[in-house]
Amino acid sequence: MSWTGKILRVDLAAGTCTSEATNMEWAHDYMGQRGLATKYLVEETDPKVDPFSPDNKMIFATGPLTGTIAPTSGRWSVVCKGPLTGAIACSNSGGFFGAELKNAGWDMVIFEGKSASPVYLDITNDQAELKDASDLWGKSVWETEASLRERRGDPDVRVASIGLAGENGVLYAAIVNDLDRAAGRSGVGAVMGSKNLKAVVVRGTVGVTVNDPMALMKTSNVAKEILAEHAVTGTGLPTHGTQVLMNVVNEVGALPTHNSRDVQFDGASDIGAEAMAEVRESDGEANLVSNHACFGCPISCARRSKIDPTHFTVKDKPQYQIVSGGLEYEAAWAMGAANGVNDLEALTYANFICNEQGLDPISLGSTIAAAMELYSTGAITQEDTGGVALEFGDTKAFVAMVEATARGEGFGKELGQGSLRLCEKYGHPEFSMTIKGQEFPAYDPRAIQGMGLAYASSNRGGCHLRGYTVSSEVLGLPEKTDPLVTEGKAGLVKAFQDLTAGVDSSGTCIFTTFALSGDDIAPMVDASCDGDWSVERFVEVGERIWNMERQYNIAAGFTGADDTLPERLLKDAAKSGPAKGSVNRLHEMLPEYYELRGWDASGVPTAETLGRLGL
Amino acid sequence: MSANHHNMKITFKLFAGLSAYLPSDATRNSTEIDVQLGETVHQVIDRFNVPREEAHLVMVNGIYISPEQRDLSEIRAGDTLAIWPPVAGG
Repeated sequence: MSWTGKILRVDLAAGTCTSEATNMEWAHDYMGQRGLATKYLVEETDPKVDPFSPDNKMIFATGPLTGTIAPTSGRWSVVCKGPLTGAIACSNSGGFFGAELKNAGWDMVIFEGKSASPVYLDITNDQAELKDASDLWGKSVWETEASLRERRGDPDVRVASIGLAGENGVLYAAIVNDLDRAAGRSGVGAVMGSKNLKAVVVRGTVGVTVNDPMALMKTSNVAKEILAEHAVTGTGLPTHGTQVLMNVVNEVGALPTHNSRDVQFDGASDIGAEAMAEVRESDGEANLVSNHACFGCPISCARRSKIDPTHFTVKDKPQYQIVSGGLEYEAAWAMGAANGVNDLEALTYANFICNEQGLDPISLGSTIAAAMELYSTGAITQEDTGGVALEFGDTKAFVAMVEATARGEGFGKELGQGSLRLCEKYGHPEFSMTIKGQEFPAYDPRAIQGMGLAYASSNRGGCHLRGYTVSSEVLGLPEKTDPLVTEGKAGLVKAFQDLTAGVDSSGTCIFTTFALSGDDIAPMVDASCDGDWSVERFVEVGERIWNMERQYNIAAGFTGADDTLPERLLKDAAKSGPAKGSVNRLHEMLPEYYELRGWDASGVPTAETLGRLGL
Repeated sequence: MSANHHNMKITFKLFAGLSAYLPSDATRNSTEIDVQLGETVHQVIDRFNVPREEAHLVMVNGIYISPEQRDLSEIRAGDTLAIWPPVAGG
C-alpha cells in the first residue's frame, strides 16, 4: 500500500518496456525514492562502471507518499552513478511530474542500456512505449515540453526532459520537469543524454491507494496546520522564497564571493529577495511576479519572475520576455556573488537559460567563478575564452559564458566539464571549489563550521541538501547553535543527514523540516504504508541509506582521504565578518563523525555497523 | 542633546517582513540611525516598534545575539544591528 508495487523497466537498447513487481522487502528497508532506487542501483550495477557506459542505469523514483494528500508530496528523484563525481548521484525534484508518474501506477522507472537513436518514453497509466525523438534532439527543454504536450493533445501530461546541456554531455546537466523544476545536481541530465533518452512524458489517472486513508487525512491535516502556522513555512518561504537567505548569509560572513577569495559580497543586497520585490524604474514592475507551488504543497516557495524587457540580455529576445521560474538562493549566489555579479536581471536571465537548456546553476556559476580566477592570474587569457575579458564582476562576460556553456560552443565546452577538470587542465586545481568533484553551494564553511563537515562527508560531493546544518547554525531552526564552533557539530551533521535521507525517500520535501520533525512526518508514512513506521524506524532507514551510499562510493574507489575540503577553506582565513581570521577546522570534527557513524578511523563502516543496519 | 546623551551612529537593517518598520530614508533595507550611549539591543528594537517576538535573528556585526542577551547587550558606535523574522531557504 502506498507503493504501487510496480516498476517499469525500460531496455533502451532493445526498445522494450516491461512491468515487474517492486521488491517489497527492499521497500520496507529503504522506503522509496532515494533509498529504494539506490538499493536497486547497488544490486544491479557495478560501482566502478563508467557513468556514461550503457551499463550505468538511471532510475526515476517516487516515494510512498508521492502523489498522496500528504503535504509536499510532489517529490521524485533520479538516481544513477554521477559523471561529475564518479560517486552515487541522487537528484531530487519537485513540480508535478513525480506525482503524475506515481498516479500512473509506477513506483519507479529503471532505464538500462542505450538507445541507438534519440527516443522518448511515453507513459499513460500502465501503457508505456519508447518513441522516436529524432525531431526533438537539439531542442531545448521548453521546446521539447511544448512539442510533446501538443503531440499528446492532453494539457494534463507532465514532461521531464533534457536540453542541449544533457545532449552535449555537460557534466552538470540537469533533468528539468514542468519547465523549471529540476533534478539539478551531479549531472544526471548528462547520463540521460548518454542513453539517447530525450524525455519522458506521462499521464496518470490510476490514483494512489494508501493503507489507512482516514489516518493519512488526519496526520496530513496535522502537518498542514503546523506548516501553515509556522513563521517560516507559513509566511517566510511563501512571501520571500529561499532568496531571503542572501542578506542573512552575507551578514554572517558566509557568502562565498569571488570564487571564495572573499566571504562577503558588496552587491548581496542587489540580488536577494528584497531586491526581487522592488519596483523597477524602467517598466514600473518588480522582478518577482508571484510565488508558485509544486504538487500538493502548501508552502509555495518557488519564484515566478519577469526580466526587465529593456535589459540587454532580453531586449531583442521576446522569447525571454515571459514569466518563468525565478531565482532561488543557490542560483543567485552561484551566478551572482561567486562571480561578483550584482545584476539581478542578468542573473534571472542566466537562470532562465539553466532551465531552458537543463543546467545546474550551482556548478555552472561556481565553474565560471573558477574560470574568472584563472583569468585573473593569467592562467587563461582571451585566447582561451574566445576574446572575452573574463573579469570578476563583469556581467556581460558572465552572460557570454552562460550562453556558450548552454550551447556547447567555444570555451563553453570547457566550462561544461566543471571547475575541477577546468582548473586541473590549466594547472591550478586549488582554484576549484569542489568536494569529490562537485561544486559546493552557498555557504562558506569558514564561517559555518558544521557545513564544512556536511560538505566533506556528503555522499554526492559538495552539497547542502544532504545535511543542512545552516538551519541550526545560522537560522536557529529548530534551535540555534554557534556557527563558529566545532563542538557538537559531528552529531548535528549526522542527525541532519539521517533525517534528510528518510525525508528524501518518503516522497515529501525537505523544506517541511523547517517546521515539522520526524515525529510529524513518520505518522504520515505509517498511515500510508504497510507495517509500523515509528520515527525511530524512519530515521534508522535514513541511516541505513547513508551507509549504503557510503559503501557504494567506497566500492567505486573513494576513501576517507576524499572526505575533505578545498585547501582554500582549510588554510586561507576568512578576510571579513564574524569569522575573520578563521579557517574551517574539519580535523576537529571528522574523527568524531566517523566514530558516531560506527566507521573505522579511515571512514569505512565497521562490520558491526553494517550488521546493525542489515547491510 | 545634553552632554550626558552621547549620540552615536550605527547601521540598522531590517529584512523580510520587518522591512516595514524601517525609517523611510532606508535603502536596500539599511539605514544609519543614532543611538545613545548605553542603549541596548532591545531598546533599539522597541524604539522602532519591531515586535520582539518577530525579532528572531538578531545580529550585531553578524554575530547572533540571543533573546536573553538583548536586554544586556549595549550597542557601540559603528556597530551594525541587523534583524530578521524567522526565515529559511536553501
